[in-house]
Amino acid sequence: MSYTAKRLLLTGNHAVAWAVKRVRPHVAPLYPITPQTPILEKLTDFQSKGELEGTELLTPESEHSAMAACISASLTGVRVFTATSSQGLLLMHELLHYAAGARARIVLFNVNRTPASPWGFWPDQLDSLSQRDTGWVQLYSESPQESLDTTIQAYRIAELIGVPIMISHDAFYVSHAMEPVEVPSQQQVDEFLPPFACDHFLDPKRGQSFGAPLDQQNWNRSRREMAAAMARVFAAVTDAGKKWGETSGRDYAPLECYRMDGATTVIVTMGSMCGTAREAVDALQDKGNRVGLLKVRLFRPFPVAALKEALAGVSCAIVLDRNFSCGLGGILHQELKAALYGLKPAPKIHGLLSGVGGVNVSVNKIKQWVSEYAGAVPVNESLWVE
Amino acid sequence: MECIDYQDVDIFHSGHVACAGCVEALSLRVILNIVGQDAVAVVPPSCTAVICGIYPNSALSIPAFHTSLESAAATASGVKRALLAKGKPDTTVLCLAGDGGTYDIGLQSLSSAAERNEDILYICFDNEGYMNTGGQKSSSTPEGAATGSTPLGKTTRKKNLVDIMAAHRVPYITTTSPGHILDMKAKVKKALQIKGTKIIIVLIPCLAGWGVADDAGIKAARMAVDSGIFPLYEVEDGERYTVNQLARTQSVKPYLALQKRYRHISEEQVEQLQIHTDKAWQQLLLRADQQQ
Ligand SMILES: Cc1ncc(C[n+]2csc(CCOP(=O)(O)OP(=O)(O)O)c2C)c(N)n1
Ligand code: SF4
Ligand SMILES: [Mg+2]
Repeated sequence: MSYTAKRLLLTGNHAVAWAVKRVRPHVAPLYPITPQTPILEKLTDFQSKGELEGTELLTPESEHSAMAACISASLTGVRVFTATSSQGLLLMHELLHYAAGARARIVLFNVNRTPASPWGFWPDQLDSLSQRDTGWVQLYSESPQESLDTTIQAYRIAELIGVPIMISHDAFYVSHAMEPVEVPSQQQVDEFLPPFACDHFLDPKRGQSFGAPLDQQNWNRSRREMAAAMARVFAAVTDAGKKWGETSGRDYAPLECYRMDGATTVIVTMGSMCGTAREAVDALQDKGNRVGLLKVRLFRPFPVAALKEALAGVSCAIVLDRNFSCGLGGILHQELKAALYGLKPAPKIHGLLSGVGGVNVSVNKIKQWVSEYAGAVPVNESLWVE
Repeated sequence: MECIDYQDVDIFHSGHVACAGCVEALSLRVILNIVGQDAVAVVPPSCTAVICGIYPNSALSIPAFHTSLESAAATASGVKRALLAKGKPDTTVLCLAGDGGTYDIGLQSLSSAAERNEDILYICFDNEGYMNTGGQKSSSTPEGAATGSTPLGKTTRKKNLVDIMAAHRVPYITTTSPGHILDMKAKVKKALQIKGTKIIIVLIPCLAGWGVADDAGIKAARMAVDSGIFPLYEVEDGERYTVNQLARTQSVKPYLALQKRYRHISEEQVEQLQIHTDKAWQQLLLRADQQQ
């Protein structure tokens, strides 16, 4: 390689800030919220040292305004970044729909935290999962390294397809936990990311406008066009993950199959729980159990075909949800069942509400659940476990 | 020397979790003591929300509703209207909000409540930054002050919330400080006699966020007033201005020197702050004089 990465000891949030520093977005509107604030503060710190000079940082009065500025900046034709968490993401909700409809190429980093009420600061994915119908691409990250790598890849995907992308990592387990992280060189990132380009933007010379009211037919058409764009995301995520692997040595895919060769039981989960599940899988395999892990990295668009392929021939899937959709159950559990509908033979699917509200899920717990549920008859509902 | 006549009725309990030496706890105690037991508090995320108690504890004997950051005044409006519907017009509904929840994200809902002249008492604990999230700037942070999001010092001036809310013609808006307990007590008493939207801005020198010594909260609050950088005054019905301090007795320099958040600022910036303070003070006197 003509360029060298460096290894730093970073928290998940600081790893994201390093990715942003390398990506050099033109505009970054940010609003503080625990546990996202270290991203904001690190970017501010870079800028105060003259290390983020091409970026307009702005700190408006709320996340609603932060997202409004993201959308308009993107539609003015520049690269944009923002980060938030929980209440902040929820306050943005109106404009998340707007951003997707306007095809703004925004990259948003969300730190998964319980929504109020009651107030909590704990890792739980309901904040971002409850935005699943807003038209944003959603990716979930397991570790600081993955958060850095995914942030960089997200720009390539967002700008290629013309969609906003949200990446999430869990509060504290990833956001505040430190590990050695490889930070790519500027040259590596510059070669990976083509300069920002888009076909339509606010420009007095062009006179193109955005978002004007239209009739039913055209509104309907806007959704069909969004659907067509979404249909291209899986391939773009796959391609970006591979290309990034070529320069960094770290490959990524929409789904990761861990020790699934010959596995009869597969744990399916997202985010930091994958790290714990990985250890449980290793321990179980050491004892001769045929257990694997299916990590869902791309949650929107939901990779239906790839999930079917990955789980074909598996006899039992145990879904671990760190979220709870009241009145339905674990969101990944319910979506996976819908995705596998019609697959023959389909695995038995158990949904476990594990870690809701940030309660700790240990390796031993996962091992215990595997032994309890692998042979059990599944029920429709997701089950509360502890 | 002020002699303080104070009898605690224990609406705000000891054992709360404010930083040791925090004058917000003192202010809460004094304010709630006057408000009394027939009250409902609305608390958006802030230091106050933590000080009021983490489940299952409460530092208050009055009920508190922990609302969202952007909606204190709207939430209080809902409580007040519900109490009216239940035939309880005398219960005080008070917001206990920070400056971020007031000057920034909560300004829209405060503006609307003030325009409707909702019968609420809005207390803003103004520590000039987002302290709950570790000390970033708010639009109440003064020029020059370093925060987590303005490490080189904020380049714009503190928003003048009194003028903004006076322009809404609220019946009563005032400033006060924990260095002036008698002033604080008198203003809360006065506000409780008035129907409509009352706003009290309490300057809270934040020990951690401003970089002042654990025992210097009161001193900083007094110096802010004495230097005129945070003058004590009130505005009634958006037009009657009264200054509640006799004079300014010192320059801003020693006040700034007390705080680490101003450590980096130049002589010229100190001068600039002095000029801005002088000008604002003159303007205030002029407005107050015009009523005489
Ligand atoms: C919508 C939303 N965004 C962000 C936050 C995170 N947050 C909690 S408290 C706070 C700052 C509050 O500052 P201020 O009102 O001045 O109160 P202080 O902490 O200084 O007492 C922020 C940004 C939140 N709770 N809700
Ligand atoms: S952070 Fe500042 S305002 Fe908050 S409790 Fe501590 S000293 Fe008081
Ligand atoms: Mg504050």
